[in-house]
Amino acid sequence: MSDSTRTEQSSARDWLRRHSELGICVLLLAMGVLVLTDTFSMSVEFTQRGPVGPRTVPLVVGCALILVAVLLARDVLRGGRGEAEGGEDIDLSAPSDWRTVLLLSAAFLANAALIDVIGFPLSSAIMFWGAAFALGSRNYTRDPLIAVALSTITYVGFDTLLGVPLPGGPLMGVL
Amino acid sequence: MDSLNLLLDGFGAAITPANLLFAAIGVVLGTAIGVLPGIGPAMAVALLLPVTYGLDPTGSFIMFAGIYYGGMFGGAITSILLNTPGESAAVVTAIEGHPMAKKGRGAQALAASAIGNFIGALAGTILLVLLAPTIANLAVDIGAQDYFAVMLLAFIAVTSVLGSSRLRGFASLLIGLTLGLIGLDQLTGQQRLTFGSLELADGVDVVIVAVALFAVGESLWVAAHLRRTKDKPIPVGTPWLGKSDLRRSWRPWLRGPVIGFPFGSIPAGGAEIPTFLSYAAEKRLAKHDEFGKGAIEGVAGPEATASASASGTLTTMLTLGLPTTATAAVMLAAFQQFGIQPGPLLFERESALVWTLIASLFIGTVLLLVLNLPLAPIWAKLLRIPRPYLYAGILFFASVGAYAVGGDITDLLLLFVIGLIGFGMRRYGLPILPAVIGVILGPSAELQMRRALQISDGDLIGLVNSPFAITVYAVVALILLWPLIRKLVGNRTKEHAA
Repeated sequence: MSDSTRTEQSSARDWLRRHSELGICVLLLAMGVLVLTDTFSMSVEFTQRGPVGPRTVPLVVGCALILVAVLLARDVLRGGRGEAEGGEDIDLSAPSDWRTVLLLSAAFLANAALIDVIGFPLSSAIMFWGAAFALGSRNYTRDPLIAVALSTITYVGFDTLLGVPLPGGPLMGVL
Repeated sequence: MDSLNLLLDGFGAAITPANLLFAAIGVVLGTAIGVLPGIGPAMAVALLLPVTYGLDPTGSFIMFAGIYYGGMFGGAITSILLNTPGESAAVVTAIEGHPMAKKGRGAQALAASAIGNFIGALAGTILLVLLAPTIANLAVDIGAQDYFAVMLLAFIAVTSVLGSSRLRGFASLLIGLTLGLIGLDQLTGQQRLTFGSLELADGVDVVIVAVALFAVGESLWVAAHLRRTKDKPIPVGTPWLGKSDLRRSWRPWLRGPVIGFPFGSIPAGGAEIPTFLSYAAEKRLAKHDEFGKGAIEGVAGPEATASASASGTLTTMLTLGLPTTATAAVMLAAFQQFGIQPGPLLFERESALVWTLIASLFIGTVLLLVLNLPLAPIWAKLLRIPRPYLYAGILFFASVGAYAVGGDITDLLLLFVIGLIGFGMRRYGLPILPAVIGVILGPSAELQMRRALQISDGDLIGLVNSPFAITVYAVVALILLWPLIRKLVGNRTKEHAA
């Protein structure tokens, strides 16, 4: 008895894995609902002339999103598959490496969290090193050196040469 | 002859040390980017947008055009030496180019490609000079309804002509249009999709969307499937061509632009379709039965075609303000950054900028040949860059760019969220180009449509009351109904045969 439930469970999981593209349909559907709710909550402008106002295009886009979500779901359930994008550095025969993706995302988000606190040069260097580490680089002397050099040169280039201000942070305040 | 004078003035302005430097930087950077995996010219221009905030528009566009042309040749280098095209424009080049390299004729393949690119770009730019002012003059009188029709055509064409699934193309377009809706309505100032947030009231910056979809999405996607085993590029000497190779190559070189330019100028995805057509044409015309085993004609023709298609793309972008490739779309966003609206009026209002840009296209073409013919083996060394550094660097410059736009952390978070969407799109085969076109053209399309309706006082006839608009809608209908038509015609011929 428990055996059959287990196989049922695993087959359900299998089914979901094979039809994971339905996630895109859910995303499109959610976007469509979001656009439509936003459109209907907009107060109707009395200055609007003719049939087309600020609500028309969102209305069309929202409905189209829901329509495409439904059509795509039908296509996926009938066995349609979106072709994953290939590339020079991409090996589609291997399963998705979620650990690398998560580490890379963490490096990126750490930069967003730190940049206003410790300044651009330091926080960007940490991101570069973290991203290189996530992607498998394990050279503990060369990696941080490249990271610091890159972020310092970029900081000086943008802030001084191009006149695009970046936060120096406490470190640059001391220097 | 008026445009000849303007072009000469343009040369005068382009041969300043600063502009020559920008052209050289663009060409070198473009070639490097073409060689490097993961980065294409569209991503490169998007990443460079923040750098150009402090520069003048002329210099920036000279550099961008150099990147576009340079990327065409750079992509061919990896196609030939590694059998992995750096750009979609170079996919066809690998078919004959890589077998040539394997037979020890890599130097000849590179030379056929470099000279082919030179001739293609030269012929394409001459066509641009001859045709662009005329097109701009014809288009000066087109009204809001015509613009709307043309943009609608661009939407339908990029979703229908490219990619294997129309449905997924439309899904991508709609994602772009939705992102374009965020912010204040341009005519009434009402908030749309801002959810009360002040940061979103200005709308999502096009730079952020482009950088997120191209750079962040690509880095995350590569991270999920990073190839651990490396292909070894075939070592190669300095490119050169013997007499017999020249005899086989010159006709394909000249035929290439004839195919490439027109296809580049229509919204059919730039270089992919014409390079394939050029390959098919050369295969049919070839006297040598070497195709599939390294025929030089199969490199020379498509390469000249690819470069000429870039000129065709620029022609449409400058005269109509209509981007037909991802790179042109990002360049259009760059024009908007500088407060310049490409379109028929550009040739009147920004005459000096346009002609300096065109003159620098000629200069860039020559620079490309002079630099790349001897440097090809060195470019190939770029392939050895460790992948962790490459993608960490892409992510690094993506966040620099997004942060430099407004110095705001919200932009970094937005970059990440849209980057995740870009990741999902790559995973499930949603093409990126329609989303980028949607976010860049969507707001202007809405504006033109509402202007047209204001002029007609709300009467829907206002959208179709010009012969130009009607013609464009006929083409749109044809593209939309094409699968149906083909099915009907196919059935009839089958019946006929039976």
